[in-house]
Amino acid sequence: MKTRAMKFVKRLLAAALFAPVVAMAAGAALNLDKAPVSTDPAALQNGAKVFINYCLNCHSASFVRYNRLKDIGLSEDLIKDNLLFTADKIGEQMKIGMTRDNGKAWFGAAPPDLTLVARARSSEFGSGADWLYTYLRQFYRDPSRPTGWNNKVFENVGMPHVLWELQGDQVANVEEKDDGHGGKHKEVSLELKKPGVQSAAEYDKTVADLVSFLVWMGEPMAESRKNIGTFVLIFLAGLFVLSYLLKKNFWKDIH
Amino acid sequence: MTTKSQALLNWVDERFPLTSTWKAHLSEYYAPKNFNFWYFFGSLVLMVLVIQIVTGIFLVMHYKPDASLNASGVPVAFAAVEYIMRDVPGGWLIRYMHSTGASAFFVVVYMHMFRGMLYGSYRKPRELIWLFGVGIFLALMAEAFMGYLLPWGQMSFWGAQVIVNLFSAIPVIGPDLALVIRGDFVVSDATLNRFFSFHVIAVPLVLIGLVLAHIVALHEVGSNNPDGVEIKKKKDANGIPLDGIPFHPYYTVKDIVGVVGFLFVFSAVLFFAPEGGGYFLEYNNFLPADPLVTPPHIAPVWYFTPFYSLLRAVTYPLFGLDAKFWGVIAMGAGVVIFAFLPWLDRSPVKSIRYKGPIFKTALVLFVIIFFILGYLGVQPPDNGGIKDRTTQICSVLYFAFFLLMPFYSKMDKCKAEPERVTS
Repeated sequence: MKTRAMKFVKRLLAAALFAPVVAMAAGAALNLDKAPVSTDPAALQNGAKVFINYCLNCHSASFVRYNRLKDIGLSEDLIKDNLLFTADKIGEQMKIGMTRDNGKAWFGAAPPDLTLVARARSSEFGSGADWLYTYLRQFYRDPSRPTGWNNKVFENVGMPHVLWELQGDQVANVEEKDDGHGGKHKEVSLELKKPGVQSAAEYDKTVADLVSFLVWMGEPMAESRKNIGTFVLIFLAGLFVLSYLLKKNFWKDIH
Repeated sequence: MTTKSQALLNWVDERFPLTSTWKAHLSEYYAPKNFNFWYFFGSLVLMVLVIQIVTGIFLVMHYKPDASLNASGVPVAFAAVEYIMRDVPGGWLIRYMHSTGASAFFVVVYMHMFRGMLYGSYRKPRELIWLFGVGIFLALMAEAFMGYLLPWGQMSFWGAQVIVNLFSAIPVIGPDLALVIRGDFVVSDATLNRFFSFHVIAVPLVLIGLVLAHIVALHEVGSNNPDGVEIKKKKDANGIPLDGIPFHPYYTVKDIVGVVGFLFVFSAVLFFAPEGGGYFLEYNNFLPADPLVTPPHIAPVWYFTPFYSLLRAVTYPLFGLDAKFWGVIAMGAGVVIFAFLPWLDRSPVKSIRYKGPIFKTALVLFVIIFFILGYLGVQPPDNGGIKDRTTQICSVLYFAFFLLMPFYSKMDKCKAEPERVTS
């Protein structure tokens, strides 16, 4: 027997359980580009190359062991010969020589460990990958900053534009616009003044590969997790049918 | 049964009440035959408790409660969690089971509590079962709160900082109490170690003890049911309730269906969305704890947010005491007030099926308010704006649901309870 109130309660619970809850944090809204994250080994391998050559000088990835790169299809010899810059043994973690104190003195803040950056940068504005993809493509020249660089996503960031040779020099055009409430707000648009060695499309691809690698590094077992999960769900679905039939059989005399 | 195994059983029974315990709690414990969907959650809570204990045992084998920095400048405790996630075989599965299990625990506990409110399971003679249950809920909140510090991420650290600081608002003893809880003047290594101790030893012991008491008390008086009528009033010639069926095998096989159904949903989250959209594992907690960097917005995990809203709703000082103190009182009262339900409900019937329109409306409103408060608890406050006002109005209604219950439950027009359970 079900009353109307009960049905209402049930519907309400269902709605509340499945409604996506959107949280708004304090701070300005960010416009992030959707990152084309890939799990393709070629993209991940290219990302690993970019990461180790450009990032792993100031940033560590101290939870990742070099031999874990075998998971993205690299052979042990390939890793040893081409990627093992900051360690002697392939089982070691991706650490760096720069101390945190030096990092702080040189950049104003110690460059963070990047192992989990793709997970930590998630927010209501987009995934961590979206943030990284946008951030790495929105550096611009700013003579007022000690490094000569600024960033549209992360204002006054301590990091210089490490990939500038690839992307080239962007400059910011600042426009003052009416914000509709009687005040003004600044709108920054970026313009590529001096192209780098890569075209805009090539650079986007490089960053996309790098971000894909960062995502992989944040949770290297993500793919196997989903694979195992599929089998677990299929097994449980089968078990559910069996357990239901068992119950039905036991209960056939209960009225 | 062969004579040899029968002889062994007799040998044991002469020394330990094995057969009689089995009979009293399973094969001859008569449960009403009309349990519905809501009655799955009791056994599910028990199963999630087992999941948490077993996965917890394996996590402790590799986890280190140490706030000092390792050579890469990462706190050892934070690094230990990532070590489990990456270098311990199957560690990621154990860890995700534990982190997803924490949220699942509250989901099933809230459903289980709501079942009690729907069918008046707290009413006489089950007041003690309900009180033990409220005790379990309190212990569970302590367990979850202290466990959340252990990964030593930004949210772990700042969440603990905010909540422990609340205790300092208590007059006279407050500051010293907060000091005793932390073991230091700020959340630090001392805090991490004592929270670890409480999380893995003290609170689980209390929890298991309370769960035992909860079940023993339940089996003493017998289970309620969706009709809210006592099946023990109508017995057959052998003294067996007419509407009762042995828990084993009937409800053991039925609960297996519930368990498998639950595991399906649990696994779907665990394997495909272990972060729970940032609600089960908060994004900020992937950053190691940094006492020098305060996150822009500190929100407790989702299962605390309705009560956190009650805390934030109080913004006026009273009797010369800080608003924060009254906020703490409101939050504490918001939890403890559940314990008074058996005496607040004056309705002549137990089940929602036979209660009148006023009680039904009140319960529906209460559920809506609980969700609104939960939603607002993760939002940043807007300094007396629409969100803060809504929080305050909902908080008043939250308490009104309980405090006005003696009046509206009594004046409500209830239907007559049936003699026997309906199927």
